[in-house]
Order: sequence, then structure tokens, then C-alpha cells
Amino acid sequence: MAKGRVGVNEERCKSCGLCVAACPMKVLRISDKINKKGYRPVEQFKEGCIACRMCAITCPDVVLEVFRLEDDKACNA
Amino acid sequence: MKETKIFEKPKSMIDVTTHYCPGCTHGVAHRLVAEVIDELQIQERTVAVAPVGCSVFLYNYINVDSYEAAHGRAPAVASACKRLLPDSVVFSYQGDGDLASIGMAEIVHAANRGEKITVIFINNAIYGMTGGQMAPTTLVGQKATTCPLGRDPKLAGYPIRMCEMLATLQAPAYITRVSVAKPKYTIKAKEALTKAFQTQIEGKGFSFVEILSTCPTNWGMRPVDATNWLEEHMMPEFPLGVFKTPE
Amino acid sequence: MGKRFLMKGNEALAEAAIHAGCKYFFGYPITPQNEIPEYMSKKLPEIGGVYLQAESEVAAVNMIFGAAGTGKRVMTSSSSPGISLMSEGISYIAGAELPCVLMNVMRGGPGLGGILPSQSDYFQATRGGGHGDYRLLVLAPSTVQEAVDLTMLAFDLAEKYRNPVMVLADGFMGQMMEAVEFKETRAEGLPDPAEWAVGYMKQRGSRALIKSLYLDPEELEAHNWKLQAKYAQMAQHEKRFECYLMDDAEILIAAYGTVARIARTAINELRSEGVKVGLFRPITLFPFPYEPLENLPASVRQVLTVEMSCGQMVEDVRLAVGKERPVSMYGRVGGMTPSVDEIKDQVRKALGR
Ligand SMILES: Cc1ncc(C[n+]2csc(CCOP(=O)(O)OP(=O)(O)O)c2C)c(N)n1
Ligand code: SF4
Ligand code: SF4
Repeated sequence: MAKGRVGVNEERCKSCGLCVAACPMKVLRISDKINKKGYRPVEQFKEGCIACRMCAITCPDVVLEVFRLEDDKACNA
Repeated sequence: MKETKIFEKPKSMIDVTTHYCPGCTHGVAHRLVAEVIDELQIQERTVAVAPVGCSVFLYNYINVDSYEAAHGRAPAVASACKRLLPDSVVFSYQGDGDLASIGMAEIVHAANRGEKITVIFINNAIYGMTGGQMAPTTLVGQKATTCPLGRDPKLAGYPIRMCEMLATLQAPAYITRVSVAKPKYTIKAKEALTKAFQTQIEGKGFSFVEILSTCPTNWGMRPVDATNWLEEHMMPEFPLGVFKTPE
Repeated sequence: MGKRFLMKGNEALAEAAIHAGCKYFFGYPITPQNEIPEYMSKKLPEIGGVYLQAESEVAAVNMIFGAAGTGKRVMTSSSSPGISLMSEGISYIAGAELPCVLMNVMRGGPGLGGILPSQSDYFQATRGGGHGDYRLLVLAPSTVQEAVDLTMLAFDLAEKYRNPVMVLADGFMGQMMEAVEFKETRAEGLPDPAEWAVGYMKQRGSRALIKSLYLDPEELEAHNWKLQAKYAQMAQHEKRFECYLMDDAEILIAAYGTVARIARTAINELRSEGVKVGLFRPITLFPFPYEPLENLPASVRQVLTVEMSCGQMVEDVRLAVGKERPVSMYGRVGGMTPSVDEIKDQVRKALGR
């Protein structure tokens, strides 16, 4: 299964939780931080992202970027 | 490890925080429109017509030539713009109060003339901007600030199904209902929007995409609950599907 | 002199618009202006333009909003009840500073009223009609030739000020046949739509935004003062009027449009009887030419306003004349017209003869 990582634009997050619900691997949660607008931004709190993009597709605020991670070796092959 | 970005903000989206409530799926619909504009490479010839409603500031988020129309009149504005600038890609983006109540005449006639425009209709079964009053699409029994006991069909009739109604007309080319409540629907919604814009670009006629959308604030629900409520209550009343497709 | 054509007023208005470079018309049928859209529906497709019959005046005016936003020359025409319905859209057009030409071939009101000529939309035209602090530039022709000239001017003024311009005619002018000439004129130095209109994003490198919403009160106030400054410019540069036999007049008739024409006949007849009577005829109703009435010749002892209304323009006349001289009003309404004899009687009565 592909490996991935989620990037969070914390200032844009409104803490709605839609991405948390959408993630099939349950690697996202609302963090304890507080952004300038007073929302607690989401965070990826553990490994296991499969780069499916479900969180980003469901986010109404385009907070999330998704990266696919590949071994350099596999890539060069 | 090598990182490849596989999801990012579309280029035609302006990099600001929206004014939408947390979890409001207007934002998802905006992003999809911007993605389609980018993918079809039509940013410089696209014209957006924003409605009166929560999405009045559409133009603050999508960087294309834009109009802000009077309440309900976006299809008339879009029709004229497209006729004067036939090479442009013109779309209106309207809520259910805007399109299915005050602007009913404009949408029906633009559709009936087969205007080569794309209409994006956000059905959230409520008046968002003005604070949660009953909409023409409010479900029977659904509470709103102007039907505190729930919509009573004896008093206020039944929710209007715009796709079904417009599909009775001969001229429209593409009519479909999608949703952005959950990713599986959102993926389909994007396909529909792509097809709608392509229908216009190929000169095939009027395209209409109804998007079932949430209004957690005025439904009085947490955003995730709102997406579930949409699925359980709105979808049976407003079935997803294609009602007309271009030949 | 150029070539002259015998034309019905409404058709001459339409042809004048085409001569001014207007290729786009959106409207909805209403008597007594139907010849305008009918003419446009025939002519515009022939010149590669667009004629579209809207589903209502509400739609028509919003089509004008959409069309005007492209910076091209566009117009609609209607008659009183239709203009009422357009008022919301006209307010948006004024708020968004879009150029366009609106024709009101006035009929009697209120309500459905009647279909015969009237001047009872003076307040609506000159005070805005819709909501908010905005003004239309209002031109009031009194002959078919003048209607042609003013219609062509209207497009220039609309572009110059990026403001809706209304040609305020009445049912008489619409139906009257007269010989007209189309003089090819166009103002120079008009703003280039590429600077502000939609459709130039590639060329300009930035998008256009046509809007009237300013939620920030400071911004909305600033926007309003900007509009007011524009109206002040109009007042400074665009006032038009005609004075006829005014210098030695004892009594002055103030009238516009078709009524001014009837008044002129009455004046000529009275003059031949030795009555010293003159005419003041505003051609722009907004901006209203107050100055000639503020500085009347010493001979003028009183002013009589004649209108096809219960007394609308008379308020502007009173404002200008002040308290020094009496201002009276004679009006016929509902499609009834003040006749030459009636006007003569009113003058004699006013002079106590
Ligand atoms: C002529 C006019 N009438 C009423 C309003 C007030 N108004 C603003 S938005 C709105 C309803 C918006 O609801 P909807 O179209 O469903 O969009 P949403 O806000 O839910 O996205 C109303 C009635 C107005 N701006 N103009
Ligand atoms: S969906 Fe977007 S706004 Fe909502 S919590 Fe997740 S990242 Fe934040
Ligand atoms: S009121 Fe409703 S529709 Fe409007 S932004 Fe908030 S959630 Fe969205």
C-alpha cells in the first residue's frame, strides 16, 4: 500500500473535523494548538497515511496537502 | 524518501481564509470549480456570476472575471455575458433561496433558452446567509427559523426538485445532481462539474449541476453530523443522478 | 444636410442607438414602446448583434447588467410599469458603475394606469427610482430629431461617466412620425473598457470585478462619495436646456418633452396677441439646469409649469425660482394632454387677463 503524509496549513484550519471523519486510516485528529483565528488545527498524529487524499478532498478550506512517499531506490529503479 | 505532492490548492483559487462557517461544504464546491477551471485551462476566459447568499463572496476565492448579481438574477446576467462574449466560459453559482425561490423565473428561462452557460446550484435546504429561514428546498418536517415546528406542506408546499423540473424542458443539455458531503460523492461531483464545463465549451448548451451541500450552522449540527444528515435525509428527497445528458 | 428619413419616433430611437454603435438589446414587451424591441429584433441580428426577449423586465435589466459589464454598448427600453420592475437592477447597475442606456417611453400610472402618454415618472427618473443614493443622467427630448440626437449622446455620456443614462420620452414621441437625420458623432477620449470590463483578463493580466456590495461601512461610504463626486461632475458639465423668448417675458412657461412643444405653439400664438410669454425647457432633467431659473430676467414676474403629471418637475422649478416669484402648475394626467388653448387660458388667467 502507498505511503503518504499530510501537510496542514494550520492558520486556515477551522477545526470542523470533516477530515478526521473522512480518513480511513484514522491518522488525523484535532490538535491542542490554537491558531490565530482561535481554532484548533488538525494534525497527523501517527504513521499510517496511505495517500488516499480523502481528507483533502473533504476539507472545505483547502487546508491539507497530501504527499506520496516513495523510497528513493524504488524511484530510481 | 522522495515526496511527491499529490494534492494542493488549485492555482485559480485565491490564497485566503474563506468567510464560511467551519465545515460548510460551500468551500468544497468552490475548490472543485477551481480545480476544473485549472484542469481545463480556462482561467483567463472564465466569468463567474456570484449570487446573493453565503456565496456572494465567491469572487474573493476564485480568481476569474466576476460579477456579483442581484438576488436570483445570476442566470440573466450570465446569459447576456455569454451572448456578448461567446468565447468565454460563464458560470453562475447560486443557493437554493437565490435560484429556486426569488430567481425561479430567471433559471427556468435561461435553461429553456438553452443558454450556453453552466449553473452550479448549491442546495442546502435552508437560507444560510439570512440566518436559517425556510428555503423552497427545506424538507417536510425540517425546522427552520420561519417554520419553527418544521415545514408543513399544507402551509408551505413541498421541497422543489430543480433537476427534475428543469429536465422537463427540451433545451438543457446536461442536468445532474451530486453532493459534496463525503469524499465518495465529492469525487463524482468533480466529474459532473468537468462535464458541465465541457458541455459549455463544446457549445452543446445549458448545463446544470445541483450540489447537495451542508449548512451545519443553520441546521444546528456538528459538521460531521450534518454530512450524515444530508446523506440520510436529503438524498432520499433529492436523489443523486443524471437527469439529462448531452447527445 | 445629411440624408433625412421619415420615421416613427420609437423606430428612430432604435435606429439612433444602432448608429451610436449599440448592437445589444434586451427587453420585454410593453405598450407604448413595442416598436423599439421589434425594430431591434429585426436589425440587430443583421449586424451581428444580439436581440433577446427576456422573460420579464427584471430579467431584462439584469441582462443589461451582464451585457454592460463587458463594456460594450447596450440598451433596454420599457415603459413606466416596466421601469418600476427594473428599478432594483438599475440600482445595481448604478452601484457597480456600468454604462448603459435605458429608455422610458412613459405612460400613465399609478399601477397599470393606462397606455397613453404621460410624464408622471419624473420623480422616479430624476430621484433614482430604486434604492440607495444614486442618480441616472436623464435626457428629455421634445422632438423626434432631438430624441435621435440625445439617444446617440446618451451612449457617450454613459461611457464617459460609467453610469446608466435614461432617455425619458413619452408615448407621443414614440408614436409620432417625423423626418430625422442621423449625425455620426462620437465623443473622443472615452474610457477604454479594457481597463475595467470582463473579458479582458488575458490582455489586462488581472480579472475584472463587477460588484456593488461593500460590507465595510467605511468602504461603502467612500464608494458613495465617489459616486456623488461623479454626479457633481455631471452637474458641472452636462446641464442642457433651451430658453425661448425668455428675455423680455412677463411670464415664463417651464415644460419639457412633448409638453414643451405644445407650450411653444401656445407661446407663439400668445406672442402674436401681444402677450409676453417665454419658455424654459430643461433637456437634462438630471442634472436639472437650475441656474437659468435662479437668474431670471427682471421682466419675468411669474412662472407656470405645465406637465403631464400632477406636479413633479414643478418641485425643481420652485427650488430654483425661490420665493420671490410665484410658481404655478398646470397638469393633465392619465393620458390627457394639455392643449394649446388650455395653456393659453392658463397664461391669461395667471396674468389676470
Ligand atoms: C431582493 C432581496 N431580497 C432578499 C435579500 C436577503 N437575502 C440575502 S441572502 C438570502 C437567501 C440566501 O439563501 P440561499 O440562496 O439558500 O443561499 P445560502 O446562503 O444558503 O448559501 C436572502 C433572502 C436580498 N439580498 N435581496
Ligand atoms: S477538514 Fe479542513 S478545516 Fe476541517 S478540520 Fe480538517 S483540515 Fe481543518
Ligand atoms: S450559514 Fe450555512 S451555508 Fe452559510 S457559510 Fe455557514 S454553514 Fe455555510
